Amino acid sequence: MSTQDLEQRFQDRIDAGEKIEPKDWMPEKYRKTHIRQISQHAHSEIVGMLPEGNWITRTPTLRRKVGLLAKVQDEAGHGLYLYSAAETLGISRDEMTEQLLCGKAKYSSIFNYPTLSWADIGAIGWLVDGAAIINQVMLTRTSFGPYARAMVRICKEESFHQRQGYEIMLTLCRGTAEQKAMAQDALNRYWWPAMMMFGPRDEESPNTAQSVKWKIKRKTNDELRQQFVDITVPQAEFLGITVPDPEMKWNEDRGHYDFGAIDWDEFWQVVKGNGPCNKERIAARQKAWDDGKWVREAAMAYSQSQENKTQSKIA
Amino acid sequence: MDVSLYKYLLMLGDNSMILGHRLSELCGHGPNLETDIALTNISLDLFGQVRSLFQYAAKVKGGSATEDTIAFSRTEREILNVILVEQPNEDFAHVVGRQYLYDIYHFLLLEALVGSKDETIAAIANKSLKEVKYHKRFSGEWLKRLAGGTDESQQRMQAAIDHMYPFLDELFHVTEVEEEMRAQGVGADLSVIKAECYAIIDDHFRIAGLQVPEHPPRVSKGKYGIHTEKMGFILSELQFMQRSYPNMQW
Repeated sequence: MSTQDLEQRFQDRIDAGEKIEPKDWMPEKYRKTHIRQISQHAHSEIVGMLPEGNWITRTPTLRRKVGLLAKVQDEAGHGLYLYSAAETLGISRDEMTEQLLCGKAKYSSIFNYPTLSWADIGAIGWLVDGAAIINQVMLTRTSFGPYARAMVRICKEESFHQRQGYEIMLTLCRGTAEQKAMAQDALNRYWWPAMMMFGPRDEESPNTAQSVKWKIKRKTNDELRQQFVDITVPQAEFLGITVPDPEMKWNEDRGHYDFGAIDWDEFWQVVKGNGPCNKERIAARQKAWDDGKWVREAAMAYSQSQENKTQSKIA
Repeated sequence: MDVSLYKYLLMLGDNSMILGHRLSELCGHGPNLETDIALTNISLDLFGQVRSLFQYAAKVKGGSATEDTIAFSRTEREILNVILVEQPNEDFAHVVGRQYLYDIYHFLLLEALVGSKDETIAAIANKSLKEVKYHKRFSGEWLKRLAGGTDESQQRMQAAIDHMYPFLDELFHVTEVEEEMRAQGVGADLSVIKAECYAIIDDHFRIAGLQVPEHPPRVSKGKYGIHTEKMGFILSELQFMQRSYPNMQW
């Protein structure tokens, strides 16, 4: 069968809503796109542990300590499933880690913003996990089987995190004036970075068309961003805090909220590595990787020596 | 209030709290993802135990005490954990060494407390025992793995044990509170646990090829609220929110 026929058959399967499995034939670009996207997603989970981890030792109560520890641990678990899903496409976890550390692989830019108060933990759960869910619910129906299945599991946990984050915000907003100001300050700093999580505007997103054709994406960046705004603005109103966008207004005709312009210059600056914490995040991952080297080597050497022992017993 | 029971609960809870805190510092920084998840799990278990113990302590204390006032509003001198658990995460071998020594002790202690005449302590011990059985397996396996891995890991594991082992003795030092609790059938008999604990550890060290350190026990008075220089830093993080923003709901 010619490559063209294979590609046609592949596209027919996708159009019919079939899932593509790791051993199936797939165009090289489909494989590469998935390795890129799934590893980027996995890296986001792992780097995403750092800003929230920054508050684990300082939670205000024991209940919040347990909640935050469990949340960050879930993210490590998500990283594990996602790395495993990417490994089915013929790349190892170590290779992916090296790509992250050398800057070849990206992760979600939102994690390059600092967590400066306890309210940021609430805002991240509410806004960042909220935005992530909108992306991920779409991905539960993506064409690549292992990715879609990982997403189903991840989405369940993410929606729990989102509720937990919103509940932190609600507690602050029903607390003292100082606590409410803390919540407002977190919303002020996290609103626009959360809006940027959906990526560039559709006309500047060159990969979207191909991704829609392969059912990697089922909605465009701008559609997803609008969905986020429409869900989140009423939630902010319920909290009694204000989205930092003077142009935010309900548009009766469109049936959607209108919103102001995103600072795309800042977006690209952060993507290019010039955000407030890019250097620190990668440095933390690099340190964990370097400090862990001798541990990983010891584990390998030990399991090798145990295997040799077993073999010599059998022999 | 029953001051001795209250203090005994603090001693149990503070060890779990400070060790849980040390482990929580590592969340997101472990040598690989699986280990990161496992260490966080142990930290979560320990904080779960802290909550049960401090909720009970708050009941014993009465008034407006809660698990959080007990955890976050006491001064350094009122915190009664042993020195071993506040030792810093120098490297992964130190994390494993500290955990292993504490787990062996903790498991034996909980086994004894399951038979406590205080029903709440017995119930908490019973639940915690299942968790600590897993902790002990995790740290014991890593102890063997690092001791039997590469030359570097062997040296690091031995160095960690050399550092941690002299703090083990404090766990068996019997304070007045512990003596009173033992006499009432509420607390554990540390002298029984001590012999068993050292026997198990020496045996494991022998199997793993580690030397039992000859260093004499370090003078340690954590059980009396006299800590290391590190403790102030632990508390400045642990208590940061409650100190900066007191009397609020979170």
